[in-house]
Amino acid sequence: MRFGGLTAVNNVSIAIERGEIRAIIGQNGAGKSTFFNCLTGVLRPTAGRIILNGEDIAGLPPNRVSHKGLARSYQITNILPGATVLENVRVAAQSRHHAWNMLRHRYSFPDLIDRSRAVLEAVGLRAEEEELAANLSHGAQRNLEIGIALATEPQLLCLDEPTAGMSVSETRSTVELVRRIAKDLTIVIVEHDMEVVMGLAQTITVLHYGEVLAEGTPAQIQANPRVQEVYLKT
Amino acid sequence: MLVLDNVHTYYGKSHILHGVSIEVRAGEVVGLLGRNGVGKSTTLKTVMGLVRPAEGHVTFEGREIGGMASHHVAHLGIAWVPEDRRIFKLLSVMENLRTGLDRAGVTDAKKKDLLDKVYASFPVLAERRGQAGGTLSGGEQQMLAIARAMMLEPKIILLDEPTEGLMPRMVSQIHEIIDVLHRDGVAILLVEQNVPLTLEASDRVYIMEKGVVRHHAPAADLRANHAVIHQYLGV
Amino acid sequence: MGLPLEQILIQTINGLVNGMILALVASGLTLIFGIMDVVNFAHGELVMLGAFTGATTIAITGNFWLALVAATLVIAMFGAILQISTLRPLIGRDPLTTILATFGISLVLQKYALWQWGPSARKLQEPITGQFSLFYLQYPWYRIATAVLSAAIIGALYLFLKYGKYGIWIRAAIQDRVMAQAMGIPVPLLHTAVFAIGAGMAAASGVLFGPLAGVTQTIGADFTIRAFIVVVVGGMGNLGGSILASIFISLLEAYASLIVSPAQAVIVSFVALILTLLFRPTGLFVPTPK
Repeated sequence: MRFGGLTAVNNVSIAIERGEIRAIIGQNGAGKSTFFNCLTGVLRPTAGRIILNGEDIAGLPPNRVSHKGLARSYQITNILPGATVLENVRVAAQSRHHAWNMLRHRYSFPDLIDRSRAVLEAVGLRAEEEELAANLSHGAQRNLEIGIALATEPQLLCLDEPTAGMSVSETRSTVELVRRIAKDLTIVIVEHDMEVVMGLAQTITVLHYGEVLAEGTPAQIQANPRVQEVYLKT
Repeated sequence: MLVLDNVHTYYGKSHILHGVSIEVRAGEVVGLLGRNGVGKSTTLKTVMGLVRPAEGHVTFEGREIGGMASHHVAHLGIAWVPEDRRIFKLLSVMENLRTGLDRAGVTDAKKKDLLDKVYASFPVLAERRGQAGGTLSGGEQQMLAIARAMMLEPKIILLDEPTEGLMPRMVSQIHEIIDVLHRDGVAILLVEQNVPLTLEASDRVYIMEKGVVRHHAPAADLRANHAVIHQYLGV
Repeated sequence: MGLPLEQILIQTINGLVNGMILALVASGLTLIFGIMDVVNFAHGELVMLGAFTGATTIAITGNFWLALVAATLVIAMFGAILQISTLRPLIGRDPLTTILATFGISLVLQKYALWQWGPSARKLQEPITGQFSLFYLQYPWYRIATAVLSAAIIGALYLFLKYGKYGIWIRAAIQDRVMAQAMGIPVPLLHTAVFAIGAGMAAASGVLFGPLAGVTQTIGADFTIRAFIVVVVGGMGNLGGSILASIFISLLEAYASLIVSPAQAVIVSFVALILTLLFRPTGLFVPTPK
């Protein structure tokens, strides 16, 4: 991915298996965000392909990418603060079913409500469904963000620093949440928190100056001297 | 001289600092290490008055400065060199320096003196004094950012990742500059991810994780203690 | 249709004269926007108040030049008070708030002027009478004088910004407010000072404009609209750009009024605005961002 004279992501090739949990880590400026934005349709890569389920989705806008089965959460919380928790999720769920139906009352789709409640159950927010999203704690808002992504019934869920700004206990509960929902999903997660990464990921990709530095299981990455060098000496 | 006591800082709802306590004594170089996103820059910004602490106290020379407007903080003798340098790109090198030089109570003789000193320490800036800040290379901009802070004759400089994105040769130059400042009695709170540099240049080091200080030791002790370094900074 | 060269040359001079007065108004507006992100919808009313203050001073003292200085200083001070009382408390809020605030202020100022000076138009006596022969016309010296004076004031502003100590502070704060303040520069004070300078310059242009047309409490709106067009076309916060854009827009209108009536000629300014927003939204006279 080139921006003018700057090559932010250079020849990165990654293959993610269905059902995998993949973490992408790297120092500041390594190209994680740029790569992530290319993957999720926010940026159009200058070269290369992104193949999801056999189809090249590179350059598709985020709404089309969502329909192809890829959902993402954002680093800066992107929920609808003025709506209830249930409403936040229902809106996302409706993008999948009855999306264009503007005539019926929003609560006349019981299947949507059920689906939304199931998602809230999965992210641990079922009890707060009538609460205004703005009134939730930060950790709960971040989890709601994950719930919104889940409601679009993705096959690939992309999480962008999901535990940013969370306390240690909130972080732990989010890690458990992700483990729970990972059973039927493929997950790609960008994170700085090593505890989260080591605890969740099956495979880790390390980016450095826009290129893949190393790839492997958490144990392999921890034992990799080049990776340690990068992290300890920058 | 500078004390943070149980400081909590938020960006909106995001709770970044969960009770940070740090101290920098006069003339000391104190390192602040930690991975990305743990709150190191936010700690410096809280001191500088760019964000207001929600809880806890920030005191400088006994005076409470938490939430004070940043130009007052600068007048007290605290200078900030931010992570992205933030050179005034359309101002010349000389004009960039003047933003720190044109203060109340500085005689013309003193101004000349400070400029001469800085041009001697950074000859490349002397060469480029008429050039616009935006035309300088990354390393030169870093020099300018530090020189600009020195114009304030500060008692303490908050240095945020000065070696980020710089070539190894420049990293050792930064090390030299830190040493010179140290000799001149300027205290430094050095936020870095470059562990060897920090351990060599600092007297004491704090290590942060997830918005709190997790470890605190003299730099000498940490140089030998690889396990701690690996735990909080490695992979 | 061949337009006589003389007409074109006369309109060129008219365009330049109008352009310089407009530049005086627009440079204040663009500086205010550049340093504090305030869209000052009351700027034209500052022009209008300057003109009225000038008229009153002339009525008392009979001296035009004194009126020019007095109006500039009085309105500058008024601008400072206005900024401190109504705009400073709004810093950091959503931009719509300041737009509404300045719009409200413009309405208040218009009504105030109506109450203070009455509904009939004031005419200011021009300080320099006499004309010179320009082709088939008798061209008033005063018009040339206003252009020269405006250029002088803008020139002084430019030198102040480029070489003065406070000029450097202002330029630094326009580029990076947060960093400037972290360098010990009292940015809130600069905001007030720049607003005062902008107000003073607007008042000066009001006094200069006075003899050219009547002064009523509604003349502000025209100035505000044109000044905004200039600020957008010239690049927000860009002093040089706003001067070039003022001349550019005024020349366009001057040439257009050869073909259509002057009231309709203002349409070309809007066309220029729309084209700029479509194709070069950062401003026509701004170097292409790298």
